[in-house]
Amino acid sequence: MQTFDLGKEGLRALNSSLHALKGQTNMTNWEVVNPKGAHAIAAGVDAPVDITVRGSTGYYCAGMNKQATIRIKGSAGPGVAENMMSGTVIIDGNASQYAGATGRGGLLVVKGNASSRCGVSMKGIDIVVHGSIGHMSAFMAQSGNLVVLGDAGDALGDSLYEARLFVRGSVKSLGADCIEKEMRPEHYAILEDLLKRGEADHLAKPQEFKRYGSARKLYNFNIDNASAY
Amino acid sequence: MCGIVGLFLKDPKLEPQLGAMLTDMLITMTDRGPDSAGIAIYSGAGKGLGKITVQSSSPDADFKNLDGDLKEAIGAPVAMLVKSTHAVMEVPLGQLDAARSALTHLRPNLKIMSSGENIEIFKEVGLPKDVAARFEVSKMGGTHGIGHTRMATESAVTTMGAHPFSTGQDQCLVHNGSLSNHNGVRRELKRLGMTFETENDTEVGAAFISHKLQTGESLGNALEATLTDLDGFFTFVVGTHNGFGVVRDPIACKPAVMAETDQYVAFGSEYRALVNLPGIEDARVWEPEPATVYFWER
Repeated sequence: MQTFDLGKEGLRALNSSLHALKGQTNMTNWEVVNPKGAHAIAAGVDAPVDITVRGSTGYYCAGMNKQATIRIKGSAGPGVAENMMSGTVIIDGNASQYAGATGRGGLLVVKGNASSRCGVSMKGIDIVVHGSIGHMSAFMAQSGNLVVLGDAGDALGDSLYEARLFVRGSVKSLGADCIEKEMRPEHYAILEDLLKRGEADHLAKPQEFKRYGSARKLYNFNIDNASAY
Repeated sequence: MCGIVGLFLKDPKLEPQLGAMLTDMLITMTDRGPDSAGIAIYSGAGKGLGKITVQSSSPDADFKNLDGDLKEAIGAPVAMLVKSTHAVMEVPLGQLDAARSALTHLRPNLKIMSSGENIEIFKEVGLPKDVAARFEVSKMGGTHGIGHTRMATESAVTTMGAHPFSTGQDQCLVHNGSLSNHNGVRRELKRLGMTFETENDTEVGAAFISHKLQTGESLGNALEATLTDLDGFFTFVVGTHNGFGVVRDPIACKPAVMAETDQYVAFGSEYRALVNLPGIEDARVWEPEPATVYFWER
């Protein structure tokens, strides 16, 4: 176990140590103490290591993550796991705005609530939120799955492409071109897997969710609307 | 960007440390806006005295015998505390308006930062640590206070363009964001008799709320009205004689974190600003919801 005191050693030293890990390494367990809301903690990691951050983080924690499993034992500031490529990020507390934005792969788990714009422009990431999400979540989301055990705020899935949105609670309002869709067997299978990997299978069952997706009326060019473009 | 901090103390034991706590919080937010900084501190209510904080670009000349001159002008005792470019004039509460009016005649170049029973505002161009040191903010006690560090996007980097803005007795406002309809709202407020010191958008937000309060609205209603009448991005933190309020626009892209314990309610643009507060580990920490008014009053 490598323990890193952010208060003493500083962010640059932490991130350069983490960036130096390439391919297989013996230093697979990292603990970061005294994060005190600092920005960009463990951003840009590209190695199959486990990192536990003991406390709350600032902007862009675990941004661009590849391969690593990063646990935040607190709450996360704006843009956590932004543009994640692969790996897993698990937040014990709440996440601020645009959690998992533009993420291309991997799994983001928020055990509390996520704020506005969760999963904005997601491109393949899977996001599991145990609590509720704020307004404008999954705006222009392209692919991947967003699973919400609680409620969704205003304008869910506005201008949505092909991401799947699963919400167990209420949806305050749907955004433009986002509609409720039927749950088919493959969707139950996706949910079952994500609830399990998202440490939520004891909290909810796939049958309790509704699925939302794109009506596909907005993103294709429609000759009848040519004058409006 | 811009950084905001705020602290409303519930536990009187913390009151002597208010300035030190706010200073520490504000310095942490320096990299959100290093252009200018300001702080409003509320202290000393209930003594029958009022305070006017004035600012001068030539303090040696302007503050020389200002207490004597003001005493003569209003016929009442005056105490003056000079801190760098600012001076706090303490007068009997009943003489506050007379003193304010006399000051503008006695020293036409003075700028009034604030007036009221318990508010003092100190603000200048420069880094939070320098501004706070210049006015010895960390030595100040009080019941509640607000701080701001500015990254100017909309009007000039000047002392008067720094936050907090005070547009009514014991009222002040700080802002992260930018208002897009401030010219129209300013025009309307001028018609209604409000006066403005700058071309700054935030001053319009402050005057909008002050005008509502003048017409008898509650702080809650005044903050609620910003959501319908002001257009643009804003996280506002507002201080009044006995309270402290927060409101964010419906889009809420300007960050805000709050923490509450039995001892205080605290606001920060980022969680970093709150990490050294006592008992923060066990505080209730949350983000204020968009288009939702929060306020605490004693």
